[in-house]
Amino acid sequence: MSKPIVATASLAGCFGCHMSLLDIDERILKLIELVEFNKSPIDDIKTFTKQCDIGIIEGGCCNSENIEVLKLFRKNCKILISLGECAIMGGLPAMRNGIPVKECLDEAYLNGPTVGENKEHIMPNDDELPMILDKVYPLHEIVKIDYYLPGCAPRADLIWAAVAALVTGDTLNIPYELVKFD
Amino acid sequence: MSEIVKFTIDGKEYEGVKGQLLVEVAAEKGIYIPVLCHWKGVKPAGSCRICSVKVNGRFMAGCTTPLEADMKIENDTPEILDIRKAIVEMLFVEGNHFCPSCEKSGNCDLQALGYRYQMMVPRFPYEFERRDIDASSPKLIIEKNRCIFCKRCVRMIKDEQGKSYFAFKGRGKHLQISLDKKLAVTMSEENAHKAMDACPVGCILRKEVGFAVPIGKRKYDHVSIGTDIEKLNK
Amino acid sequence: MREKVISIVQSYGKNSGRLMDILLSVQSEFGCVSEEAVSLIASELGISEVDVNQTKTFYHFFTTNRVGKYAIYMNNSVVSEMMGMAEVVDELEKQTGVKFGQTTPDGLVSLHFTACIGMSDQEPAALINSVVFTQLNRDKVRKLISDMREGKPVESMFSEYGDGVNANPLVKSMVKNNIRKAGPVTLGEYAVGTSLGKALGMDPNAVIDEVKNSGLRGRGGAGFPTGLKWMFCSKEAGEKYVMCNADEGEPGTFKDRVLLTERANMLFEGMTIAGWAIGAKEGVLYLRFEYKYLKAYLESVLADMRTKNLLGNNILGKGFNYDIRIQFGAGAYVCGEESALIESSEGKRGEPRNRPPFPVQKGYNAKPTVINNVETFCSVVKIVEQGSAWYKAMGTEESAGTKLLSISGDCEKPGVYEIAWGMTLNEMLAMVGATDVQAVQVAGPSGSCIPPSQFGRKIAIEDLATGGSMIVIGKKRDLLKDVVMNFMRFFEDESCGSCVTCRSFNMILTKQIEKVVAGTAIRTDIDNMKAWSQIIRKTSRCGLGQTSSNPITTTIENFRELYEARTKDVAYQSDFDMNKAVADSCKVVGRVPNVHHE
Ligand SMILES: Cc1cc2nc3c(=O)[nH]c(=O)nc-3n(C[C@H](O)[C@H](O)[C@H](O)COP(=O)(O)O)c2cc1C
Ligand code: SF4
Ligand code: SF4
Ligand code: SF4
Ligand code: SF4
Repeated sequence: MSKPIVATASLAGCFGCHMSLLDIDERILKLIELVEFNKSPIDDIKTFTKQCDIGIIEGGCCNSENIEVLKLFRKNCKILISLGECAIMGGLPAMRNGIPVKECLDEAYLNGPTVGENKEHIMPNDDELPMILDKVYPLHEIVKIDYYLPGCAPRADLIWAAVAALVTGDTLNIPYELVKFD
Repeated sequence: MSEIVKFTIDGKEYEGVKGQLLVEVAAEKGIYIPVLCHWKGVKPAGSCRICSVKVNGRFMAGCTTPLEADMKIENDTPEILDIRKAIVEMLFVEGNHFCPSCEKSGNCDLQALGYRYQMMVPRFPYEFERRDIDASSPKLIIEKNRCIFCKRCVRMIKDEQGKSYFAFKGRGKHLQISLDKKLAVTMSEENAHKAMDACPVGCILRKEVGFAVPIGKRKYDHVSIGTDIEKLNK
Repeated sequence: MREKVISIVQSYGKNSGRLMDILLSVQSEFGCVSEEAVSLIASELGISEVDVNQTKTFYHFFTTNRVGKYAIYMNNSVVSEMMGMAEVVDELEKQTGVKFGQTTPDGLVSLHFTACIGMSDQEPAALINSVVFTQLNRDKVRKLISDMREGKPVESMFSEYGDGVNANPLVKSMVKNNIRKAGPVTLGEYAVGTSLGKALGMDPNAVIDEVKNSGLRGRGGAGFPTGLKWMFCSKEAGEKYVMCNADEGEPGTFKDRVLLTERANMLFEGMTIAGWAIGAKEGVLYLRFEYKYLKAYLESVLADMRTKNLLGNNILGKGFNYDIRIQFGAGAYVCGEESALIESSEGKRGEPRNRPPFPVQKGYNAKPTVINNVETFCSVVKIVEQGSAWYKAMGTEESAGTKLLSISGDCEKPGVYEIAWGMTLNEMLAMVGATDVQAVQVAGPSGSCIPPSQFGRKIAIEDLATGGSMIVIGKKRDLLKDVVMNFMRFFEDESCGSCVTCRSFNMILTKQIEKVVAGTAIRTDIDNMKAWSQIIRKTSRCGLGQTSSNPITTTIENFRELYEARTKDVAYQSDFDMNKAVADSCKVVGRVPNVHHE
């Protein structure tokens, strides 16, 4: 049997979840033995080159590009995993949810304490830029998600246990200390 | 004279004092019925419903139901556990709980129940309602995004004349917790701490403290909520 | 303002137990209860401002900002919507130039929505400064608004009064009774004082036995045996109270309105008999604010009874002292729940209490209290007068006597009917002239939606129990959108919010039904709605949360095909809409959205 193929992406996240994925110490060698990576910031493969088995996504959807990438993952992966608080519930970026976009953008580009001079009241509006969504969406509100691994970042052991269980087909028993929301 | 009566929990027979609240009777027997709004010695609120048990086939709140003779109490059944998990999930989608940035994280009862029931994702859609933070008083921050309306602060924190510091505002989905602006100015240090400690979540915070205990040393980092009670049973 | 508020607080003896009355007086005096007023009330009563605010913000007739000189509260209940509310709303907004929830810039008119005001037989209806306006339409709205521009008093905006007591100089209301069928009990012949005289000649326990033997069960909906309730209460020691539940908030009921109008004497007599039976000295009529137009009349009836020695000291020379006061609510459906009603009467938020203790043990002012519905008290009067056997001979085995039905919706003769329990829905529909019926909503939103295949069922506590609300839903209606969605929004608004499950699930279930109606739901959403309905039913503290999922569960049960027609049979579907999601941000930054379509 060929090795299962894994793809990963970071949407509206901080890469902390990816860091945690790499934080499995020497087991990373075992992981490489177990699976093959496709599109992922880990190996810098930018586009899907084949159909994947497992897609792991950190971060929620805060702009139009996130949505497109997520949908692309759904198309190209048999199983999708929501990794971390941002993916599961929007996480810290979702603190803006409930606040009108205008208020957020005004704060970011016009009125906020970190705004320097913006006399012309310019807001980034180049056509090439992704468009900001009305709120940050959890992944499962956009596409079907198969598994969720909470945490910020999820404990490395949790990611390891889950991926290993998926690949080997073993049942996953999660010890108390691995499910955390922070 | 207190009357001793017989009853069962999940089929096992026990004896207890008639009239005692079910959550407290159970705790004495080493059986954990989760609570979020209950506080021993304070008039029960019966608001979080997480302590729902079945008594003689009917659902009741364990924190407001006094023990009667021959009660058949169900506590640890798949039906009840699923309902409790649903309530926890419900509270997570109703408020805005960004645990990674919360001062109470690791010591929070709501979060701890999420851990106990291994909530991976709430089954309900997130509301993301806008709620305010009230930092206008000298000692406390009221982070309304996290309030679960347990009424502990309302019931427990009063001034010397018995006036309330905290009360609800609005009703239904517009419910808010509010701190009396005038009284807050003269709130004692003791009351401020009492309020923060009574709040099961990270809604009432003493200004200038927070994140005091490092990750790994917090209340629920290694042991599940309810373990202290269940130890009695071992 | 300061002096006025202080004098209001003083007129209620600086008693925080009368906070409802204080707030009502302030609201009516100033058109609002401002923050300044709250602060004054708090300091006069010696309580904190948050405590005044917690009561104030619970009830929707209390406002922080001044309402318009003419405050229009439009009923948005299901029957109002069925009878053309949308047109009235549209015309009101057009004529005033403001939207609902707003006040005209000159402060003349404010527009508000309100839940069922007990006029389902003459919708669309609205309250304008507590005066009822029924059967509104575009023409009437135009006329009303132009009258308002001329500054006319509300009372002079119409000159035709309803029948019976509605035309009494103390009422002068356009409300019609619409009594379509009188029966032998509550709408039958009645001579003031006979029954009370008889009761006072009996031992209190004998009165209770008579009520017990009659088989009378509470008419407010729950159907608890009345005699038993009285007996429990009579066994308690000390001071006691009698309370009458005239909150009549269940959408689609209005029969208590008719009794309050035409049988006020009878009601007060019934409350007095109850007082004698259980040993109470005081009765409280908890009247919904929507029926304030009856206040002056009801007060006059009480005064009249006092002069006739049917109330007051040494009633009918039998050494019994008893009086009745009226307590107004201020707009909260949940206050119809008996323990919430007590809390409200004590000046608090209308949050239902935990039980035990029950009101008969610890009720109003922590004293044993009997609470009954208006119709229950009226029935008692005839039972005592005619005897329990006479009463029990009517109705069915388990449901003795007669019942008032408030029938509204798609039928020719909406109104109040006194029927013997046991009538089938088919018979009822023939009686009211209803054809092409899709469903009957029995017992209001908290009851069940019954399909034609079950129209042979009986209206009786053992089959289709009802507090009286019967809404006929014609075939032309969109059941899920016009009825179920309206009901769920009602519960979402009216949940007191003190239990997690009722507060949140009503909100979530409302969103789910909106999704179904919008066509973005899938089959599993139906199963979820069913499952989630079970959780709220099982774990909520009071009857509101325990029944508020009924609109959904009973229609899934009886009209599943309507749900299936509107949902896709797929494993997953997102209701995310990119165009909508980016619209705002693109507008703010000034760019044209470029959304790719797959
Ligand atoms: C949410 C809710 C609303 C209610 N509204 C009313 C009401 O408007 N009128 C009423 O008589 N009973 C109402 N009830 C029932 C009362 O709680 C109570 O059972 C009744 O007043 C008892 O009187 P009865 O035994 O004469 O029916 C309501 C119950 C609930 C749970
Ligand atoms: S969940 Fe935490 S670690 Fe992961 S992307 Fe979000 S913020 Fe970063
Ligand atoms: S209050 Fe508890 S659940 Fe809410 S954010 Fe804080 S830690 Fe998390
Ligand atoms: S602030 Fe805290 S203690 Fe008070 S009601 Fe909210 S959650 Fe409970
Ligand atoms: S069920 Fe609803 S209305 Fe009743 S007490 Fe609970 S929240 Fe309030």
